[in-house]
Amino acid sequence: MKNNFFDEFSDSKKTRDLTQKIKQTAKDFKEEIFLMEVCGTHTVAIFKSGIKSILPDNIRLLSGPGCPVCVTPNPYLDRAIALSRSDDIIITTFGDMMRVPGSSSSLEKEKTKGKDIRMVYSTSDALRIARDNPDKNVVFLGVGFETTSPTVAFALKEAKSRKINNFSVLSAHKLIPPALRLLAQSPDLKVNGFICPGHVSTIIGTKPYKFLADQYHIPCVISGFEPVDLFQSLFLLLTQIKNGTAKVENQYFRAVKDEGNPNALRLIDEIFQTTDSLWRGIGIIPQSGLVIKEEYQEFDAEKKIPVLVEKNREPKGCLCGLVIQGKKSPMDCPYYAKQCTPQSPIGPCMVSSEGSCQAFFKYGQMNARVQGQGARDQGQGSRVKGPGSRVKKTRNREVNKNNG
Amino acid sequence: MCLGVPVKVIQREGNEGIGEFKGVKRNINFALLDEVKVGEYVILHAGFAIQRLDQDDAEKTLELFEELAKANDEE
Repeated sequence: MKNNFFDEFSDSKKTRDLTQKIKQTAKDFKEEIFLMEVCGTHTVAIFKSGIKSILPDNIRLLSGPGCPVCVTPNPYLDRAIALSRSDDIIITTFGDMMRVPGSSSSLEKEKTKGKDIRMVYSTSDALRIARDNPDKNVVFLGVGFETTSPTVAFALKEAKSRKINNFSVLSAHKLIPPALRLLAQSPDLKVNGFICPGHVSTIIGTKPYKFLADQYHIPCVISGFEPVDLFQSLFLLLTQIKNGTAKVENQYFRAVKDEGNPNALRLIDEIFQTTDSLWRGIGIIPQSGLVIKEEYQEFDAEKKIPVLVEKNREPKGCLCGLVIQGKKSPMDCPYYAKQCTPQSPIGPCMVSSEGSCQAFFKYGQMNARVQGQGARDQGQGSRVKGPGSRVKKTRNREVNKNNG
Repeated sequence: MCLGVPVKVIQREGNEGIGEFKGVKRNINFALLDEVKVGEYVILHAGFAIQRLDQDDAEKTLELFEELAKANDEE
């Protein structure tokens, strides 16, 4: 493999040519076209690439519920916090969850009060902590989509086979396809095409999106995360829309196989079963969550360790729930960039580095295009230098072409 | 949270191994992905190799991209 191989995927010279073609295609659309990604890593990658600012005005990118931290509801966090207050419990968690506010506290606040809460990089680390602390209950916070749940399933299987009986998981795992179905059915949301999540798809493959094309006639493209990937995927989606076709295309075929990862899928099936699940701001989505099967219930923290959980209180006025569904822009929220900033977040969309609000806060100035269907007219005047000048250049080229 | 990074497998013993990308080394658990050999690239997520990263397919992606861009010029 060439040394500069991976760099080629982020080569701006390459993407410039396709920008022109995207613009040409966009001219054919009489109305606004809404394309939605449902992956926090895409949210950030799209912002970082500056794509939003160089897209034609009638092509709009929305962020869907692709940030697991953002869709994890308060009662889950409140339970984790309640567990952390017990002296014989060590909470282990991915770092993303630390600062997410529950009803009255957060894991980070509890940690500063001396509670034993440890950030881990992998479920293997959590298992190790359990092995090293046999007199404590070690609870891992199982949050994440299909990419993450097999790694948690593996830890549960290991715990059982190695009899690490002081290990358990508090599962809030969620599934992407049921959320996509809900969005496709939503009467007040227009999505012309889905940019499907790359790493979720490495596990689930290409087939679980087929219903979107077949039943709802919504084009889908599974995309990688580099600028080359994103531009190519956008172009493929727009081409489908232009041609009136709806199919599932796999732009990220270097990592996504049609069948996904059969080992990982088997493991998920072995340990978890699907259940109706509560998504923050959205409500209950049928069969969209994973709970630990009965055979493994001695490793299910929810069943194993009863605890009194405080009454749920949501932050009043926080629009996170609507932002997650692409129905509102972060800028529509009265708290955005005022009381709610990455330093002192009110809602989870501002806490998570993958949340729409934080991505918007960090990179929005560069892009200055508003997500969310409720706020089309805001923020469009503030395009900035770099990408803007490129836009101008491309426009001139277009004019020349038309004249010629 | 579904962040995945490409790494080149430089060492493997059973389900454990080490991957490297741009000088950064990371531990890899291969429990979710059989038959990965040293020298191959994988996507690493939360310590686990979740999928093989096919080098030929990566080349193909770049070629397809060039084709799309070129088609634009010829229009």
